[in-house]
Amino acid sequence: MKVKKPPLLDIRNLFVKLPAGAERSHAAEDLNFTLEENEILCVVGESGSGKSITALAVMGLLPAPHVRVESGDILFNGENLTRASAERLRKVRGGEISMIFQDPMTALNPVLTVGKQIDEVIRIHATLQRGQRRDRALQLIGDVQLPNPDRIINSYPHELSGGQRQRAMIAMALAMEPKILIADEPTTALDVTTQAQILQLIKHLQKSHNTGVLFITHDFGVVADIADRVVVMQHGRMVEINAANEVLNNPRHAYTKSLIRSVPGLTPRKARPISGRQELKVSNLTKIYRSGGGLLGFSGREHVLHATDSVCLTLHHGETLGVVGESGSGKSTLARCIVRLINADAGQILYQGTDLRPLNRAAMRPYRAKIQMVFQDPYASLNPRKKVGHIIADGPVSLGATQLDAEKKASEMLELVGLDVRAFERYPHEFSGGQRQRIGIARALTLEPEILVADEPVSALDVSIQAQILRLLADIRDRLQLSMIFITHDLRVASQVCDRIAVMRLGKVEEEGATADLFANATHPYTRELLDAVPGRDWRPPEQ
Amino acid sequence: MNQTVKRFRYAMKRLAQAVPIVLAIIVINFFLLHLAEGDAAVALAGEAGSATPEYMAQLRQKFGLDKPLPVQLGIYLKNVLVFDLGFSFRHNMPVAELVFDRFMPTLLLMVSTILIAVGFGVLLGLLAASGLNTWRDTFISVFALVTYATPLFWVGLMMIILFALNLGLFPTSGMENFAAFHEGWDRVKDIAHHLVMPTITLSLFYLALYTRLMRSSMLEQAGMDYVTTARAKGLTERRIVFGHILRNALLPVVTMAGVQVGALIGGSVIVESVFAWPGLGMLAFEALFSRDLNLLLGIFLLSALLVIAINLVVDIIYSFLDPRIEVG
Repeated sequence: MKVKKPPLLDIRNLFVKLPAGAERSHAAEDLNFTLEENEILCVVGESGSGKSITALAVMGLLPAPHVRVESGDILFNGENLTRASAERLRKVRGGEISMIFQDPMTALNPVLTVGKQIDEVIRIHATLQRGQRRDRALQLIGDVQLPNPDRIINSYPHELSGGQRQRAMIAMALAMEPKILIADEPTTALDVTTQAQILQLIKHLQKSHNTGVLFITHDFGVVADIADRVVVMQHGRMVEINAANEVLNNPRHAYTKSLIRSVPGLTPRKARPISGRQELKVSNLTKIYRSGGGLLGFSGREHVLHATDSVCLTLHHGETLGVVGESGSGKSTLARCIVRLINADAGQILYQGTDLRPLNRAAMRPYRAKIQMVFQDPYASLNPRKKVGHIIADGPVSLGATQLDAEKKASEMLELVGLDVRAFERYPHEFSGGQRQRIGIARALTLEPEILVADEPVSALDVSIQAQILRLLADIRDRLQLSMIFITHDLRVASQVCDRIAVMRLGKVEEEGATADLFANATHPYTRELLDAVPGRDWRPPEQ
Repeated sequence: MNQTVKRFRYAMKRLAQAVPIVLAIIVINFFLLHLAEGDAAVALAGEAGSATPEYMAQLRQKFGLDKPLPVQLGIYLKNVLVFDLGFSFRHNMPVAELVFDRFMPTLLLMVSTILIAVGFGVLLGLLAASGLNTWRDTFISVFALVTYATPLFWVGLMMIILFALNLGLFPTSGMENFAAFHEGWDRVKDIAHHLVMPTITLSLFYLALYTRLMRSSMLEQAGMDYVTTARAKGLTERRIVFGHILRNALLPVVTMAGVQVGALIGGSVIVESVFAWPGLGMLAFEALFSRDLNLLLGIFLLSALLVIAINLVVDIIYSFLDPRIEVG
């Protein structure tokens, strides 16, 4: 008779307690799932769903004594990790279960070389000579397909690109050929093309080593690409566990359904009729950043970076023009130049026939209100010491409105973006991310702009909130007859909100076209590459 | 090897950048001192009790004080280039000789102060942070607070009363016991013996500062993601603290130490006066009251050079600690 092997990881009735005074009593409640060998199990959920806490609980890395496992078992090959000694847990960590994190820049120690950080794992878990350890590190660096291992091993994290850093993290995690790899949003901080490569790498290494992977993500596209099975979490509870195919295409639980409904599809929405009137015309806009050089050339050779390089764009009345690109493509610089937060070095910004670029502070003043901006980070872009009402009313007041008028306007705007008027007297930290983004939008709208420049307005938000904000933006655009420049790295979002899309790379616009057109027949190879890299591009969320 | 060449070029670059700074300091100091009322002739005359205007004019002519300011500045600049810092009428000695004579004691006091303040500050901060909220942390924090709030001169006087007069452990003042005619190792020991109290007095304040800085820096670094990574790798807590957190936590302390070298010279005026330590600080104090402008300028110049040199050393140390600093 064959004895059935216990699952690689078996989590039973796991409760993780939060400290008193937290939003809820438990970070994780009654979790039950298993992870088998050679399997990728995705844990999906929005922020605060307890997915990262679950990962830390498995690693025995909960921030004790505030957060701790209250009851339940975490069985690793039959061994209960919740009862294991600290010494034993240390051996397990990095040796048998290892972990990679979201942001490889902060997750690597900035003052140690990559080689040293890999070496450390081997040294603590195995007894190898220095030379052998070095050979192993070089081999690992090669395994994660980093170029030129001899150079990488002596490099510091800041000398590598984001993708290379995450590869180095993975090399470190796989140093002892662990049985389980826990990946906590490992591609969230990466560009979409890099993300595709890292996902491929994880999948490849998982297959070749029979590793069980616990993959934490908020992105259903990523789930569609790599998951074998999926756990959906909400408020610390598991609401659904099933094969990936089932969860993605035939979700059972209402929460899963609503989440999947919020995922923007890749099918561009129907084209809207757009007026031919030009609202804004940007031509040959160039912004150059210089560094080094300096007095008598003491600071080494001068580096010249064309953040935007002869960019030409046209925005029509009532249209949403998407600017998509990866980090460093110059899309944010472009936005800031158009709003005149920074000064471009050459080119024209024609707003209804007036070139805004050469205007000085005073001459720009009457145009300030016409072009307004919505920022990416709703946490950093609102002054924490000012009341929301103040933040919103500040704009009109500085442009000459009376305090009373400005406040009346501000209240109207709060209502327009779907917030209670009582928000007026409160501070930004009292609001959630989605609500803060609404405040940011209200702030821009009180000035009655004609053009709204939105710089990644939804990329810091959970997918359900993201859908709400996108609806709000579309609604406002139609109601107030706004034209919008929408900057995003997310082609899914772009396909849903933009009428036309410009693809930027290295400061240049590589391709421009109507959204549906661009998605169907992109001609530029870079656009194709971007489209191919969208996670879950073959998965179409089920129509509901 | 490549890194060494880069670092050398970096040091050279910083040296070259220091030249205009030194020039500016000389010029600014020169004008600043001339803003003060009265000159050396007035001071000399005042000390003599009285002087005729003719005698004053004669004095001024002798010292070149009757020439227009820009000419005086030009002469001074030219002289500085060949390390001729002028003549101190008060001490009847060339300034260069006087200043260099007093330079070594001050350097000795400063370097030992920096070493003790940074060394023990880092150690105490580390101990406090690793025993967060235990009696150890509380004790160290209270100690830091008290020393931080105590004036330098008071500490100096109390130490003299307690350790020198009552207990007789250390000499009350001076740098060495000239009457004993020590040579070789005996002299070194004697100077070290004299050095203990001034160094402790001067370093206490900075020690408290660095302790607090190191403690908060350690705590901040301990919350960083790379520390979680290190734990996830299965490292021991000891390894995490010494291999990962410590080096990152040191960075702000080193930066701060570099910035405060200048303030340290200011502090040494008080300590040198209290302990009669024959350094630049005491010399500056005397020169100030006798309006010995040449001497003051020389002291300023030398202290400025000292601060610049120590900052350069700190920057080079920093480039070893933090690879993100571009030395290219």
